[in-house]
Amino acid sequence: MAFLAIDDLHKTFGSNTALHRFDMQIERGEFITFLGPSGCGKTTVLRMIAGFETPTRGTIRIDGRDVTHLRTRQRNVGMVFQSYALFPNMTVADNIGFGLRVARRPQPEIRKRVAEMLELIKLSALGERYPWQLSGGQQQRVALARALASKPQVLLLDEPLSALDAKIRISLRQDIRALQRELGITSIFVTHDQEEALSISDRIAVMNEGRIEQIGTPLEIYNYPRTRFVASFVGTLNILSGKVVDPAAGRMAVDGQPLTTTRPLAASDAGKERLLALRPEAIVLEAPAAGRNSLQAIVEEVSFLGAVVRIRTRVRDAVISLDLFNDPNRILPQRGEPVALGFSHENLLVLEEGV
Amino acid sequence: MNRQSRVGAWTAIIVGTLYFLIPLAATFEFSLRMRRGSYSFDAYRVVLSDPNFQASFGYSLLMALLTIVVGVLLVVPTAWWVQLRMPKLRGIVEFITLLPLVIPAIVIVFGYLRIYNSSSVLPLTSNERATDLLLVFGYVTLSLPYMYRAVDASLRAVDIRSLTEAAECLGANWPTILCKVILPNIRSGILSGAFLTFAVVIGEFTIASLLDRPAFGPYLQLVGANRAYEPSALAIIAFAVTWASMGLIQVFGSARALTPQRP
Repeated sequence: MAFLAIDDLHKTFGSNTALHRFDMQIERGEFITFLGPSGCGKTTVLRMIAGFETPTRGTIRIDGRDVTHLRTRQRNVGMVFQSYALFPNMTVADNIGFGLRVARRPQPEIRKRVAEMLELIKLSALGERYPWQLSGGQQQRVALARALASKPQVLLLDEPLSALDAKIRISLRQDIRALQRELGITSIFVTHDQEEALSISDRIAVMNEGRIEQIGTPLEIYNYPRTRFVASFVGTLNILSGKVVDPAAGRMAVDGQPLTTTRPLAASDAGKERLLALRPEAIVLEAPAAGRNSLQAIVEEVSFLGAVVRIRTRVRDAVISLDLFNDPNRILPQRGEPVALGFSHENLLVLEEGV
Repeated sequence: MNRQSRVGAWTAIIVGTLYFLIPLAATFEFSLRMRRGSYSFDAYRVVLSDPNFQASFGYSLLMALLTIVVGVLLVVPTAWWVQLRMPKLRGIVEFITLLPLVIPAIVIVFGYLRIYNSSSVLPLTSNERATDLLLVFGYVTLSLPYMYRAVDASLRAVDIRSLTEAAECLGANWPTILCKVILPNIRSGILSGAFLTFAVVIGEFTIASLLDRPAFGPYLQLVGANRAYEPSALAIIAFAVTWASMGLIQVFGSARALTPQRP
């Protein structure tokens, strides 16, 4: 049985359904990210695991114990908030030791644990400062230490990096991941930032409108999105409509141009239109070659983005963008110029129907 | 700002200041004229040495402290709960807390006398201690608009939901959260409410008089009806007490920025 088992979770607020049938099994020590846009239900699930919201239906088990209707303080979960939520009237050390004081642990044990946590977050010298005397990044480290000090079974992180600037965000997310690995604590991270999710997680649950769209490793989610939503939410993606010519051979046609995919197609798909997806970085400008897909397109725009050059092309109604690494020796095509777009059979994704 | 509007603003400020200061200065001046032919503090000496002044002021002081304690115990958990769990009820609660401003004290005290008279089920007017309790409840009602607003504004200034949830996650129960997390972070609001309550209670006349309690308000009225110079001295003393309360609100309000509570 999974360490954290979420089964058939529903949540409605009045007539609004915030969550439809959420199922997920999380193993001990895993780092899971709930990724999705605002209002997709990711924070609602997190708050139900924490005990701040009661599910309309379903169960939550932590290490085999049903916690669905337990109070927050009986669940042994730690939580880090977007707004840090440090107690302004307490010093850093008092904040970190709060949970241990509430649990009436002996003073020497509290002092030792607080010192350990301060060392862990590399803020040993700042124990006597107040939260407002720290930077945003330091405050969030303290919030993390406070959540971990009581050795919770599960660590919940509700968009903990959203209020920080870009540089701090990157370094802190690496620190969070390193700490999580070091302590081996089961963690759930909520974010709407796909780069954050891809860089930090063991597995990602992509959510939309109260439903899980896809669960998988970052590589699976990025390389093999199952639905149009996942494909478009995670990274940039070109979406095309293609006609299935020969399902068994994976042959399709876009604007009359033949393409091949290695993705499975049902025999009943023959003659139907299916949605195809193509990552910009999977496309190159090359002459048609055997064993590779090729599409004839017209260049619409060439944008220099520093390390990357993005070229926007058009194949009748569809816009296809491709990213090329910046190479000073490369001769870039001009607007209006016809080009051949080459990509492998594996890179032509076929999205699930009806999504 | 052009010259014309600047002149207008200064005129308004000067007229307003004179409107408040002239009667006050006249009262003060009159309070010093007890001794014929010279200014003296005789009226103040007489008032301050009057045992009835000390008794009534001490009584009102005690009532004010009890009112503040009951008010804080009633308002802080209510405002916290409304903000945290029932934000939709905020408008209704605000309306209820404003009612004492539109319902005259005399209506409230007649209601009390009707409900709690000596022949009622709960005869709170049948003995002095029970009537004191009724007086405290009456004062809590009168000071509700000020105490609630002060506390509510403080609660809004901090992220009360996240702080409460963070404390819950760390294993704290409701009393611990209230005492260790919420109260210390809204201390300045509670103090503001307390000083406003103090100012209201010290000068209150209607409820204390009709409940026949020896408070400072009825004493002021009694002296005012029978003496010449002492009422002016008492008026100045009452003003001084009120101003001291307002001054302390300012001190704690500005000290708030200096304490470790706020960035």
